[in-house]
Amino acid sequence: MDLIMPGVGLVFWMTLVFSLLLILLKKFAWKPIMDSLKEREQDISSSLAMAKQTKNEMKQLQADNEKLLKQAREERDVILSEAKTTKDQIINEAKDRAQTEADRIVEAARVNIENEKRTALSEIKTQVAELSIDIAEKVLKAELSNKAEQSKLVEKQLENLNFN
Amino acid sequence: MILKKFFGGSSSFLTAAIIAVFLLGTSVAKAEGDTHSTESHAEHVEKKGFDAGKMIFEHVLDAHSWHIMDIGDHAVSLPLPIIIYDQDGSGFHFFMSSRFEHGHAAYDGYKLYEGKIVRESFDEHKEETIESENSELDVVEEAGLIDISITKNVVALFFGAFVILFLFISVARTYTRRKGQAPTGLQNFIEPIILFIRDDIAKDSIGHKYEKYMPYLLTIFFFILINNLLGLVPIIPGGANLTGNISITLVLALFTFVITTASANKNYWIHIFNMPGVPWWLKFPLPLMPLVEIMGVFTKPFVLMVRLFANITAGHIVILGFMSMIFIFGEISPAAGYGVSIVSAAFSLFLSLLEILVAFIQAYVFTLLSALYFGMAMEEEH
Repeated sequence: MDLIMPGVGLVFWMTLVFSLLLILLKKFAWKPIMDSLKEREQDISSSLAMAKQTKNEMKQLQADNEKLLKQAREERDVILSEAKTTKDQIINEAKDRAQTEADRIVEAARVNIENEKRTALSEIKTQVAELSIDIAEKVLKAELSNKAEQSKLVEKQLENLNFN
Repeated sequence: MILKKFFGGSSSFLTAAIIAVFLLGTSVAKAEGDTHSTESHAEHVEKKGFDAGKMIFEHVLDAHSWHIMDIGDHAVSLPLPIIIYDQDGSGFHFFMSSRFEHGHAAYDGYKLYEGKIVRESFDEHKEETIESENSELDVVEEAGLIDISITKNVVALFFGAFVILFLFISVARTYTRRKGQAPTGLQNFIEPIILFIRDDIAKDSIGHKYEKYMPYLLTIFFFILINNLLGLVPIIPGGANLTGNISITLVLALFTFVITTASANKNYWIHIFNMPGVPWWLKFPLPLMPLVEIMGVFTKPFVLMVRLFANITAGHIVILGFMSMIFIFGEISPAAGYGVSIVSAAFSLFLSLLEILVAFIQAYVFTLLSALYFGMAMEEEH
């Protein structure tokens, strides 16, 4: 019967000791242990999260780099092709301009030559007319005095009028 | 307890060595054989036979002195302080249990009767006649005497509490000293258990408010576990049947009951007094459901108390039973005693290993059920 009857003394001591144990352990053992366990777990999980984030960032960065590189390459191609067209255009333009200039110069020269020729011809015409008048005048004068003399003179005059 | 019988018959050198090792610095109270041989010689001869039941119950029950072993007819035990409060007006009395000379002498007006302290005027024979007439009166209680002595179990309790405090405060120191580093030494052993209690017991059973209950759950788990294991150590200061004592389990169960009741919410009380989803005629005019529910409130801690007490006490009794067989057979013939001792020792070893398992299981079960009751008390409406 003693086996299943709680004793007053033991109940008293147990209540006292267990309460004290609970208070002391709570303050000096469980609190620091639980706190540091929690802290360590948070540390680990935050470190893992950070590693993941860093990995993602790295991936992002790499992707960005790739994209940038690709973009740069495309841009280069565009610039190159643009430059090529520009070059061709400039060359063509220059060619055209040179052609027109040459044409213009040739035309001007031709017109000049034409003008020069025309003025020279008209000068020749006037000189021929004057000479003809002079000759005619001298012939007329000689004919009037001596016939032989006159023909000699005409011949002589004609010899002088060497179409120079 | 076991050792005292083992070494009782062996060489004097061995016993002397055992005394020197185990009792260094403690005062050894010896029951002087010749002082009481005159008064109880006839009884003495009669009692010489080995009484397994008496030995086992002496071990399992609490005592006012710590019996270590018998050397021949001399009982070697550690005397413990007696503290009694007498309500007859004389107040507190303090003295050592060695004054009683193992129940053979009275001191200060008190004496020991069947392990209890009674007044000197207490009549054993009258009690015995009443006992024989009315078997329900076999509890010896004397009115007005409050016995709060430092008994064997109280010493074991102090020792256990000291071990727990030392262990966990030193582990806590390691945690604060080695902040943010990997655990070392004792931490490696303690930490998985703490995490198990937190993650698999508290979080699962209580829910998000588990943190408030962690100190209590950890304390009961390690209190029960360490005292269970200390109870399996056969030499002083281990070997006391502390967690197999109903007073200890009663207090533990009461703590769980008080915490459960204190943390109960409205929903818990509604479920007790006006269970939803139950036909009205179960509640009115005869409040059947409320009665059952109120009984349940008290049954839960009661079951906790009985389970731990019965498991641990049963383990101690079975191991001691196997040990007793050696001496029972030894009395028939020494050869039979030696023969049985091999089997008994093997079985005791096996049972001790089993008891180590039981020590863990009972600590786990008590903690888990306490957590479940806290969880039930705080369950929200679903």
